[in-house]
Amino acid sequence: MTVIPATDRRGFLKAAGSITLAFAIPAGDALAQAAALAGAKPKLPGDMETNRKLGSWLRIGADGAVTLLVGKVELGQGILTAVTQICADELDVDIGRVKLISGDTAQSPNEGTTAGSFSMPNCAPAVRQAAAEVRALLIEMAAAKTGKPAEGWTVADGAMSGPDGAKASYWELASGLSLEREATGAVKPKNPADYKYVGKEFPRLDFPGKFTGQAMFVQELRPEGLLFGQVVRPPTYKAKLTALDTSAAEKMPGVVKVVKNGSFVGVVAQREEQAVAAAAALAAAAKWEVEKALPTSDGIFDWLQKTKPAKVIETKKQPRNGGDPAVKTLEATYFRPYHMHGSIGTSAAVAVLGADGVMTIDTHSQSVFETSEAIAMMLGVDKSKVRCRHVQGSGCYGHNMADDAAADAALLAAAVPGRPVKLQYTREQEHRWEPYGSAMVIKTKAGVDKDGNVLDWDLELFSTPHGTRPGSHAGNLLSARYLEKPFEMPTPQNGGPPNYAADRNGIALYDFPGHNVLTNFITDMPVRVSSTRGLGAYANVFAIESFMDELARAAGVDPIQYRLRHLKDPRGRDVIAKAAETFGWDKWQKKDGRGRGIGFAKYKNIAGYCAVALEVEVNKRNGRVRVVRAVAAADSGHLVNPDGVRNQIEGGLIQSLSWTLKEEVKFDDTRVTSEDWVTYPILTFADVPPVEVVLIDRPGAPFLGTGEAAQGPTGAALANAVADATGVRFRRGPFTPERVKAGLTA
Amino acid sequence: MISFKLNGREVKADAPDDAPLLFVLNNDLGVNGAKFGCGKSQCGACTVLIEGEPARSCSIKVSSVAGRSVVTLAGLTENGKPSKLQQAFIDEQAAQCGYCTSGMIMQAQALLDRNPNPTDADVRSALNGNLCRCGSHNRVVRAVLRAAKEA
Ligand code: FES
Ligand code: FES
Repeated sequence: MTVIPATDRRGFLKAAGSITLAFAIPAGDALAQAAALAGAKPKLPGDMETNRKLGSWLRIGADGAVTLLVGKVELGQGILTAVTQICADELDVDIGRVKLISGDTAQSPNEGTTAGSFSMPNCAPAVRQAAAEVRALLIEMAAAKTGKPAEGWTVADGAMSGPDGAKASYWELASGLSLEREATGAVKPKNPADYKYVGKEFPRLDFPGKFTGQAMFVQELRPEGLLFGQVVRPPTYKAKLTALDTSAAEKMPGVVKVVKNGSFVGVVAQREEQAVAAAAALAAAAKWEVEKALPTSDGIFDWLQKTKPAKVIETKKQPRNGGDPAVKTLEATYFRPYHMHGSIGTSAAVAVLGADGVMTIDTHSQSVFETSEAIAMMLGVDKSKVRCRHVQGSGCYGHNMADDAAADAALLAAAVPGRPVKLQYTREQEHRWEPYGSAMVIKTKAGVDKDGNVLDWDLELFSTPHGTRPGSHAGNLLSARYLEKPFEMPTPQNGGPPNYAADRNGIALYDFPGHNVLTNFITDMPVRVSSTRGLGAYANVFAIESFMDELARAAGVDPIQYRLRHLKDPRGRDVIAKAAETFGWDKWQKKDGRGRGIGFAKYKNIAGYCAVALEVEVNKRNGRVRVVRAVAAADSGHLVNPDGVRNQIEGGLIQSLSWTLKEEVKFDDTRVTSEDWVTYPILTFADVPPVEVVLIDRPGAPFLGTGEAAQGPTGAALANAVADATGVRFRRGPFTPERVKAGLTA
Repeated sequence: MISFKLNGREVKADAPDDAPLLFVLNNDLGVNGAKFGCGKSQCGACTVLIEGEPARSCSIKVSSVAGRSVVTLAGLTENGKPSKLQQAFIDEQAAQCGYCTSGMIMQAQALLDRNPNPTDADVRSALNGNLCRCGSHNRVVRAVLRAAKEA
C-alpha cells in the first residue's frame, strides 16, 4: 500500500501554485447507454472491465477526502502520480485532496501484475471513467437536492455551482452517495483540452518525502516489536542440505529462533546485525550436497542452440507470394547474455502473523494479488489468510526478488506469531539468486533485391523463459522449492500474441514481403530467469536493428533512409525522423574513431514508439567505447505527464547502455559468480552520456506504456555506432574493452 | 551505550560496539534516508556525513563515531523544509525510484561544502561511486549544479 502523506503534497502544491478551474458537464455516451438499455453489460475501459464497481476505485468522504484505490503499484516510474492527475482532473478536485491506496489486496481493485507497460493503458482509463462517473452521480444528486436540472453545473475543487445560482458540494452530498454500484460506461470523460493537470509537467508526489528523509520504502518500515530475519541460501541452485547443527547459532546473541524446514534455513533475531551474524554462522555450519550442472556463461549460447526446445512456435509465417528470387542472401547471428535486474536496494519485506491467523506482508512485489495466493499455498493456508500490501521498494525493472523476500519474511514470521519480522537480502543473495533476463541467440537471414531491399526476412530465436512470476503458485517462490515438502516449479509458458514473451518484438515492424519468425522456447533453465525490462524485446530489437544496419551498409544506403524504405507506419516514420533531426544526422561529420548509430522499435508492436540515435568514440588501442551523446524520440500516445515519460525514456536508455556496454551474468559449472557490483559492474556517472529526449504528443490518442520502449533501440544504436566507428560488427554484448579490442585485432 | 551527535542533537544508542552505523541509525534511532544497498562500500546508498566527510555507514562500526558528528538526509532540512540541494533535486525531478537519492544528496553536499562551484566533471567524479540503476544520473548532475548556482 503506498500512501503519500496528503499534507506534504498540499504543501508542495501551494508552493507550485494551484489553480482551480471549472468545467462543463460531460455528455453521456450514447453507445454505452444503448448497450445498458439492451440489458447487456457495457464494455468498460481498461481494468474496470473486471473491477466494475465504482466503489472499488473511489471513495468520497464527508470530510473532504477523496480516496483513489488502484491495484497497480508504484515501481519508481511515477505511474501513481499520473493516475492521480487523471483522477483530480476528471473529478474536478484539487490534486492535493486525492489520497491514494495502491496494491493492498484487502482494499484495492485486482489489477493483476504491474508490468509490461500496462499501467497506463489499463489503469489510467479505468480511473478516468470512475472519476467521471462519480462526478456525474454527484451532479445528479445536487440537481435533485436543489430542484434544478442536471445540466449546466460546474465544479471547482468539489464546490458545485448549478443553474440559477444553485450551490452544493461533494462533501455535503458524500454521506448519501453510494458507490456500491457498477459503472455504466455511459459518462463520457472530458475533452483532453479541458484537463488542468493531465498533459502538464507535474512533479512526482513522492519525491519531497524521499528527498528529505521520510520513511517511504518498505526497507524503512519499523513497526513496534520488530524482529529481524535473514535466510541462508544453498551454495548452488539444486543443492540439498545434508546436515546442519543449529545449536551454536541458537546460542548467539539476540537469536530468537532458527527456522529449518527441509533445505530452507533462516533465523530471526532481535537486531539486524545479529541476524546477519547468525545466518553467516549457519551458512558455515551447513553441509550440502551440490551438483555440477551448469553449462557456464561462455557455453550458454551453444547450449541454447543444442537443447531441445519444449516448443517450436511459428510466431509469424508469411512466405512471399511470388515475385523474383532474391539476388543475394545475407545472414548474421546475435547473442544476448543473461542480464540482472540489479536493484540498488536489495529486496525486503515485513511480515507479521496476527492473532486472527492472517499473515500480513508489506512488500514491494509487482503482483500483490497473485503473490499473496502463492504464499498462502506455500504456507498451506486459505488465501484469505494472507494479505499483501504494496509499499515502494528500490526500482525493480521486472520480476526481481521482491516476491521471494515476501515469502521468506512470511516463513520466518510464521515461526514467531505476533511479532513483525523484517528481512532484507544481502547483496550477494540478490545478485546470485534473482531471476535474470534470459540469454538468447537470434539468427537472422535476408534475401534482398538488386537495390538491397529486403524480399524475404527470416528470424529464428532461441530462449529460455521470460516469465516465472509467482502467478498464484508456490513453486515460483524460490524458498518454497527447498522446503521439506517442496513445491515444484510449474513449467513456464511463453506468452502469446499480442504481447509475446521470448518473441516479444521478434516480428519487425517493417513491411517485408516475406517475413517469418520462429521461436525455439526452451523450458530447461540452467540459471533462474524471469521478466526483465522488455523481456525478449531487448535482444530481438538488438538483432533486428543491427541486421537492418548490416543490410543498409551492404546496400550502400544511409541506415535511416534504408529503414524508411521498409516502414509504412506513419508514427514509426515520425519518431525515426525526429530522432535523426534532433541528432543532426544529416549534418554529422565523420571523424576518426567516431561513429553514429540508430535503433528503432515500437515496443511490443502495440505500445510506445522509440528511436534512439547516438554517437560513440572507440579507442582502437584499448578497445574502450565511450558514448559521446544520445538522443531519443518517443511517441507514447496522449502524454499524461511529459516529464515522467522523458524520465522513463532517459532512464531506460541509460540502463540499456549499461547492459550493452558492461553487463553479463557470469557462472561456472556450479554457481553464479557475479555476486556484487565489482563482479557485475554497471554504468556509473563518468560513463553516462548527455541524453536528449524529444516527445511527440498525440492528444486524444490512447495512452501507450513507455517504461520499456528504449531498451532495444538503445542496444542496437550502440552496436551500429560501434560498427560505424570501427568497421567491425559486434554481435554479442557486452562491448567491454577486452571484447572490442579482440574484435578489432582479429 | 554510544553517544554521538546526530543531525545536531546529542543521541545515545544502546547497541553493540561493532554494529554497523547504518543499522543503528535505521533501527535504534529510527532515522531514514541512509539505506542498505550492498553492505560492502560498493554503492553509496548508505552515505552519511561524519564530521562533514562522506562515509559509507554500512561499513563503519557505530563505536567509531562516538563523540563525533553524524548528519543524515533529514539533518539537511531547514526547519523541516528541504534544503537548497534537496529542493534542487525536487526541481530537477532527479530520480525515478529514489532509493539511491539519499546517498547521492549526502555525497553531493560534501562536494558542495568543499567546492561551492563545481563543474559538470567535478560532480560526475564526486558521485562516480554512487550507483543508480534507474538512470537518473544526468538529472542528479543538473540538480547539484543548480543548487550550486542558486546558493
Ligand atoms: S550499502 Fe553502503 S555502500 Fe552500499
Ligand atoms: S533513482 Fe532508482 S536507483 Fe537511482
